[in-house]
Amino acid sequence: MAETLLELSGISKTYPGIRALDNVSLRVCRGEVLGLIGENGAGKSTLMRVLGGVIAPSEGVIRIGGHDHARMTVSEATRAGIAFVHQELNLFENLDVAANVFIGREKLTGGPLKLVDNAEMHTRVTPLLERLGADFTPNTLVDNLSIAERQMVEIAKALSIDARVIIMDEPTSSLTISETERLLAVIADLKAHGISVIYISHRLGEIMACADRVVVLRDGRTVGELARDELTHAAMIRLMIGRDLKALYTPPKRSPQPGGCDIAGVVTAGFPDRQINLSVRRGEILGLAGLVGAGRTSLARAVFGIDPLLGGEIRIDNAPVDVASPRDAIRQGIYLVPEDRKKSGLVLELPIRENVTLASLLDYARMWLVNGTAERKIAKEQARSLSIRAPSIDMEAVTLSGGNQQKVVLGKWLSMQPRVMFFDEPTRGIDVGAKSEIYTLMRGLADQGVAIVMISSDMEEVIGVSDRVAVMHEGSVSGVLERDQFSEYNVLRLAVGQELETLETALQ
Amino acid sequence: MMKKELGLCLLLVVISAITGGINPAFLSWVNLLNMANLIGLFGVFALGEGLVIITGGIDLSLGSMFALLGVVFVDLLTTYQIAWPLALLLVLMGGLALGGIQGFLITRLKMQPFIVTLCGLLIYRGAARYYTSDSTRGFGYGDEASTLSNIASGNVAGIPNTFIFLIILALILGVLLHRSVYGRWLYAVGKNEEAARFSGINTNVVIATAYIISGGLAAVSTVLFVFYTNSVSPSSFGNFYELYAIAAAVLGGCSLRGGEGSILGIVLGTALLQVLQNLVNILGIPNSLNFAVMGTVILIGVLADQQLQSRRRRQAALEGLARTAPRSTHSQGKQGASAHGAAALPTGTGDQA
Repeated sequence: MAETLLELSGISKTYPGIRALDNVSLRVCRGEVLGLIGENGAGKSTLMRVLGGVIAPSEGVIRIGGHDHARMTVSEATRAGIAFVHQELNLFENLDVAANVFIGREKLTGGPLKLVDNAEMHTRVTPLLERLGADFTPNTLVDNLSIAERQMVEIAKALSIDARVIIMDEPTSSLTISETERLLAVIADLKAHGISVIYISHRLGEIMACADRVVVLRDGRTVGELARDELTHAAMIRLMIGRDLKALYTPPKRSPQPGGCDIAGVVTAGFPDRQINLSVRRGEILGLAGLVGAGRTSLARAVFGIDPLLGGEIRIDNAPVDVASPRDAIRQGIYLVPEDRKKSGLVLELPIRENVTLASLLDYARMWLVNGTAERKIAKEQARSLSIRAPSIDMEAVTLSGGNQQKVVLGKWLSMQPRVMFFDEPTRGIDVGAKSEIYTLMRGLADQGVAIVMISSDMEEVIGVSDRVAVMHEGSVSGVLERDQFSEYNVLRLAVGQELETLETALQ
Repeated sequence: MMKKELGLCLLLVVISAITGGINPAFLSWVNLLNMANLIGLFGVFALGEGLVIITGGIDLSLGSMFALLGVVFVDLLTTYQIAWPLALLLVLMGGLALGGIQGFLITRLKMQPFIVTLCGLLIYRGAARYYTSDSTRGFGYGDEASTLSNIASGNVAGIPNTFIFLIILALILGVLLHRSVYGRWLYAVGKNEEAARFSGINTNVVIATAYIISGGLAAVSTVLFVFYTNSVSPSSFGNFYELYAIAAAVLGGCSLRGGEGSILGIVLGTALLQVLQNLVNILGIPNSLNFAVMGTVILIGVLADQQLQSRRRRQAALEGLARTAPRSTHSQGKQGASAHGAAALPTGTGDQA
């Protein structure tokens, strides 16, 4: 067996009233990729915070390079070679790449003047970036980098402190398919250089692709460990949730009805020379796949009236509708569940009740005065029908888990009369259980005759939930797949702008 | 929410009691009525400032607005001999228009509130001084607008009308802010403008309306101040008054980040400021320390409020954990998947499969 680099044994962490970690043990070998999975709240982040020295465990020992620590400080963890690539990236957008890599450890020059030695920092960062295959330079402003590129900066930062273990927490949640592949390649390279990676992800496909070993946490306990040859989706899911997840796809109750939403020749600001044609029928879930930046979110924003429509028209049930603002769209029954629910979907500091009625408050008011009783009634109805788990509808949205927050966003729209609904990455950062609840809700809506467009970068979700899949590539729709054509391969081909293979070309 | 207002009330009572104990003149009827008058004068425009602050903006132009609207108002009555109802209406429209222009620049042209209203501060003051060639405007010995003067500076059963105006306006705005759809939108926009826009709220109109209301209340205040001082000196009339308004709003619980504050809080904040000023006089503290006392109290007040809030939040977090803990074990048994404990967050949920 390879040399053990890091070992956690019997780690427990107790908060008043809750045992966040319960006797967790974990071992990381040199040059190993350890997958760490578990539902939201299973204790993964707490465990990693213990490892990073951010919080002290109540019991247990952390053993690094033969030394035992009852607890570590952040600087001890850093010195021991533990580095984080954060879920929410911690970079300074107004500084360049080199400055970010050396933040807090700037190379100095000028003796007592303590000036920052930019040249030195740039020379040191360049080889790191080359090694990661990054196509930007040390003096690029982080502001100009994509999320994937920023991640490379974080990894470069980890390499610059000679990290031996890099912890990646949901690194691909905002990455496109090709960027994810690149990251996996980088991980393979790190591994080849003897650096270990702890890879935390909800995306089991990636875990399958890169992990040598998987540890599963549930309710703060280690519930299982899978070796490379035991890794299957089913095995991982079983351990994570303690039961088998039923197949994602629920067919519609009846075949799609006529009518729905037609997007005809729509031009958005991102791709002024491309037109988008797309239709989604009532009662249907149309998956909208594509690489990030293919114009899917811009399309949703334009149809919802956030961004101006530069051309084309939108028809609902064959009648053209005017959407100059979100207000217009909402009046037409076009609703958007936005990508970033904390920023655009909810007012986090307002209670559940006020978030639910935010878009329809005038319906619960007489002469502009809010009718509290009517408002509470509708909010309670939504909380019940969506099974939002909160002690009361007066809880601030910020106190809810991601899945429940997303349900509050849904409640806002379902308390009105949806005709067409856009879901932009509806289950990002939501745990497996809440995910399937959201899918059931979407199916229920479709069965009530709502036309649903689901933008998603999660391949399992696109293929598992949609009735049809439209794929976008560089600002226009490159193809539409029926269920019998669904495959990861087909979606990917269309996403990168290639034609679908017909039977003949495939045979050649 | 009400805890903050209760705390302010308590502070007000304690300070008054102590001051009254040291010098009973503080609690004399004459002094109390005098303070009530000042609270009325300064409270009216503080309410408008509060609304603007709740949107996450700021209005620095109020004091200069008083000077500009004030000289115009006096001129309309004296030089042009316009009937007072018309003059009042014109000044009111002037205030609304200035607020409207600022609101337009801030929402439609996306300029920063600080800059727009700072420029307003400079421009209105300059315009007032140029218009009057820097000379003080006042009423002659005629009885121009004596009716209005009586309304603005009179009293009902000894209670100054300004104070009564403040109470009436506070009630109206209280309903607007705390009971109406507009008020809800105002808070939503102040907390998260983007989410409000994504919910179909016309955020530009909501924000601009706050500046318009602030301008309108500034016009009302102008008239009240004109009859309080009986003359307008364009270079000093209303100087720094916007800062009193901001101080009152902040002391009353408004956050400059937006989305927080209440009408009652703003009124109490104004009252506290006036009590402090009065206390400086009554206790014989050198007048020059006036501002220093005010600044210190605001600093301590805001600091105490923040500390109390974070303590309350911690407690709520702990209670939330304690409350959800038993339920989580329950769901574990049934479904084997509960989900909190990742951190000491008051999730209050068990988002299980």
